[in-house]
Amino acid sequence: MSTRLSKGGRLVDTSSTVAFQFNGKTLTGHAGDTLASALLANDQMLVGRSFKYHRPRGIVASGAEEPNALVNLGQNGKFEPNQRATTTELFDGLSATSQNHWPSLEFDVGAVNQYFTPFLTAGFYYKMFMHPRPLWKHVYEPFIRQSAGLGKAPKEKDADRYEHFYAYVDVTVIGGGVAGLQAALAAGEAGAKVLVMEQTAAWGGRAVVDGGTIDGMSAETWVASALARLEEMPNVTLRRRMMGAGVYDHGYLLGYERLTDHAPDQDGPRHRLWRIRTKQIVTATGAIERPISFAGNDIPGVMLASAVRDYAVNYGVAVGKRTVVVTNNDDGYRTAIAMVEAGQEVPAIIDARGQGAGDLGEKARKLGIRVALGMAISKVKGGKRVEGVELCRMEGNGGAILETIKCDAVAMSGGWSPVVHLWSHCGGKLLWDEVENHFKPDATRAPTGADGKPFVLTAGSASGPLGLGDVLADADAAGKMAAEAAGYAPATTPAPAGDARDENQMKPVWMMPANPVYELRMKMWLDYQNDVKVSDVQLAAREGFESVEHTKRYTTLGMATDQGKLSNINGLAVLADSLGEKIPQVGTTTFRPPYTPISMGAIGGAARDDVFQPIRKTPIQQWHEDQGAYMEPVGQWRRPYTFPRGNESHAQAVSREITNTRTNVGLLDASTLGKIIVKGPDAGKFLDLLYTNMMSTLKPGKCRYGLMCNENGFLMDDGVVARLDEETFLVHTTSGGAAHTHAHMEEWLQTEWWDFKVYTADVTEQYAQIAVVGPKARMVLEKLGGMDVSKAALGFMDWTQGKLGGFDARIFRISFSGELSYEIAVPASQGRAFWDALMAAGEEFGMMPYGTECLHVMRAEKGFIMIGDETDGTVIPQDLGLHWAISKKKEDFIGKRGQQRTFLASEERWQLVGLETVDGSVLPDGAYAVVHGHNENGQRNMIGRVTSTYYSPTLGRGIAMGLIKHGPQRMGELVEFGKVDGTTVMAKIVDPVWYDKEGEKQNV
Amino acid sequence: MLTLQCPYCGVMAEETELSAGGEAHLKRFGPGSSDADFETYMFMRENPKGVHFERWRHSNGCGKWFHAARCTVTLEVFGTYTAQTSTPPADLLDKIRAARPGFKWREFE
Repeated sequence: MSTRLSKGGRLVDTSSTVAFQFNGKTLTGHAGDTLASALLANDQMLVGRSFKYHRPRGIVASGAEEPNALVNLGQNGKFEPNQRATTTELFDGLSATSQNHWPSLEFDVGAVNQYFTPFLTAGFYYKMFMHPRPLWKHVYEPFIRQSAGLGKAPKEKDADRYEHFYAYVDVTVIGGGVAGLQAALAAGEAGAKVLVMEQTAAWGGRAVVDGGTIDGMSAETWVASALARLEEMPNVTLRRRMMGAGVYDHGYLLGYERLTDHAPDQDGPRHRLWRIRTKQIVTATGAIERPISFAGNDIPGVMLASAVRDYAVNYGVAVGKRTVVVTNNDDGYRTAIAMVEAGQEVPAIIDARGQGAGDLGEKARKLGIRVALGMAISKVKGGKRVEGVELCRMEGNGGAILETIKCDAVAMSGGWSPVVHLWSHCGGKLLWDEVENHFKPDATRAPTGADGKPFVLTAGSASGPLGLGDVLADADAAGKMAAEAAGYAPATTPAPAGDARDENQMKPVWMMPANPVYELRMKMWLDYQNDVKVSDVQLAAREGFESVEHTKRYTTLGMATDQGKLSNINGLAVLADSLGEKIPQVGTTTFRPPYTPISMGAIGGAARDDVFQPIRKTPIQQWHEDQGAYMEPVGQWRRPYTFPRGNESHAQAVSREITNTRTNVGLLDASTLGKIIVKGPDAGKFLDLLYTNMMSTLKPGKCRYGLMCNENGFLMDDGVVARLDEETFLVHTTSGGAAHTHAHMEEWLQTEWWDFKVYTADVTEQYAQIAVVGPKARMVLEKLGGMDVSKAALGFMDWTQGKLGGFDARIFRISFSGELSYEIAVPASQGRAFWDALMAAGEEFGMMPYGTECLHVMRAEKGFIMIGDETDGTVIPQDLGLHWAISKKKEDFIGKRGQQRTFLASEERWQLVGLETVDGSVLPDGAYAVVHGHNENGQRNMIGRVTSTYYSPTLGRGIAMGLIKHGPQRMGELVEFGKVDGTTVMAKIVDPVWYDKEGEKQNV
Repeated sequence: MLTLQCPYCGVMAEETELSAGGEAHLKRFGPGSSDADFETYMFMRENPKGVHFERWRHSNGCGKWFHAARCTVTLEVFGTYTAQTSTPPADLLDKIRAARPGFKWREFE
């Protein structure tokens, strides 16, 4: 059983008591514990169930690489799934529950899955659930969704706050072990601006656990003195609980700082995402120990040897009373020695090598530890915890059991792999080290920056060296090189002297024993989190998955939340072995950021709720909101859809607004309309190229409707252009299209016709624009007074300016409704006052405000198109019967050549018509016109679709616009439209202009 | 997340300040051009593994379009220059030739 030791624990305060809950049970730990160390101190070996087979799982590691100990953390608005117990600092009141089991952790029904292991092999889902297809949807998928998966998704809104932080530094050092600290010292002494980040709460990394001497000091003392020196440097920033999450192009780096995870009652943001631009990055990320693949290596109590040591030294927790160490290298011996020195039993070190260890082997033997050379674990005995191990010869198939040793923990060491993730994110390449049997950074093929020179360096074990002396020398050189590359002269002080490494060579052991029988291989776990075993990877290889990237996807090896930190090297070694190739030829899968999962909250930062996307507001917006208008999003604007009164439904309100506007007068806030000034001697020439029709012939004082296409010929925007004077045009665009249209103009002016003398300016927000619409519109304006708005003075499609009721007004006689209509622009600062003045003046004429839906219905009654309804990026003006707005005289305009292509000039294209259902109902939006027969996908053949559809109170029936094949030649014919409920409805093809065909009403 | 220096305002601009505008130095073919020329102009693009000439706009900055010569493999930036030209500047081409012997992009080598 695992227990708290009476002594030891350099990180915990044994005088303190911290209470926490696990699965509803109250337990205690000490300040400084992680959730993992506290659980182990309480003999909680079983912490979760595995993903696929629901096998009992325990803690394997002591850091970010932990695959098993994932818990649901917190409650309600602070609930978060899939948190690693090993990186969760303990605090008073912490509440955690284990994941992926039903009904309980101790008794899980899903565990029957492990008896179906032979059926749940690699590619099982692909093979099994292909046929019959209905079973997948109704039986397999619901069952799998219920039984698989890790933590539960949070149900409540996140109660915490998050932020982004920008930093610009010379050298960023990632990792706060002895290598990181030395690299930071070297760069800091050179004068570079340095940021050092350490993902845990404690500085020092492995060296302070494993011991050794640096410059004659203990590693622990050296770390303290290095920190003291760094803290004195004003150019160095030290940050704990901050992980280097990802390295990106041109020195962009994401840092993930966890500010209050360990102290949730503290004020301030929970996480901070650092968006760093750094000239140089030094990754001092150390190395991760590899597990060994032997049967039963997933039973709770089987742990990494280094983790067993960490728990004893850092937290004063003995993982087992009798710990068997199994290793293929000298480092595993350190764990055996540490456990014996902590007063625990180590019945044997099982060393797969024939020759055993060097100095450490001698030390172990002096402590009386038995060393079994050339031996292997054939199988771990136990269920929810380790009960013993069966030994066999390393060179064999594991069939002959030589001995059984009783124990309650197994510490495994399969050698060390440098943490190369950050090096690899932005293109750093790797080399296979034949001695240590790991991938390490190839310094000659580093990620390069904007200047073509490397910007990532590695330091210490992250470069490959494992001995303390080599680590410090490498780190010192990396710090100096980084400072120099950032433009600083490094000092000539030598690197600190550390212990030399005197160890025997490790032996690559990818399976234990060397040639295991199938029964053993199917119990050898490679990827704990995704339940991938040696037999799965071998099966994938037999079935032809030769590429490591394919094998990964077929078996899901390394695809879990831990991204295969423990499993990848072992997995691809097994694959290489199965394929009869060497490991470097098989290669690694791609390392992608982030290094460990970061919170969605940190990614979003402050951009949530009201500031998720800023909303553009017209000067009259507050009035609309005060009236209780129902608002709808239009681009980044919010516009009133309708202004309901009393108990009116939205449909009733829209009908009232339409009828009132057509009989009395209505008022529309059209301020969102795009307004762009185009000015200069060549403005007319430019607009002739921009629009399909002629604009240069427009006289000052006049307005003209125009269409704008892209170079492909497709309609992109429309609107009314007013000529203000000889050199100045005011271009109106759609509400959502102003920014896009302005950018379109600038692109052509700057990159194609840069000799044109034209300036453009988007003045959309400089003006409030209000449309006064209806038969009584003129009376309202005349009541305000100050300008002659008679037909003689201001005819249809004229504009004028002056003082209207004391306001600086520019009045356009344009109509999007078919009614007598004035669109009046005033400076934005006068917008609200002008609106109020109009409301007061219009009261006696029955004036009512109207919203966007009323505007839409009125324009449809007139057969006017709407960009985004009748157009979708594949429609040309000719499809919409707008030939009259396309100049035949002009040699060129944007889109003219595109429209000449045969498929756009074809008579077979769907063309705009009006549609009336025979029963008067409203056609469903987007409905397709269907005819006899089916296409190759089994769908009804289609000859058109509905683009706009409304109930028209003016006509008392549903009206629609649509694009129909040969539509204009088929007036009066009936077409069948599919409805959502599967039935169809017949509609008659009619002229799309229903209201005032002659245009008399707008021209009074 | 690239950084490119805007040749107009001089700012070292973050990629979030910029909009990409595709391949540089396209020759426009309008009315009267052949289908083949128009197709090339509209749709045919270089896809080099190496130095590429691109259009960028400092859209969340000074608003100016400019050109950049950038290696698509290493992301090395050889230079940025005015949008008001139909060919890369000679000194920039010299710099690329020196750094990448055998360099070829459309008609430039």
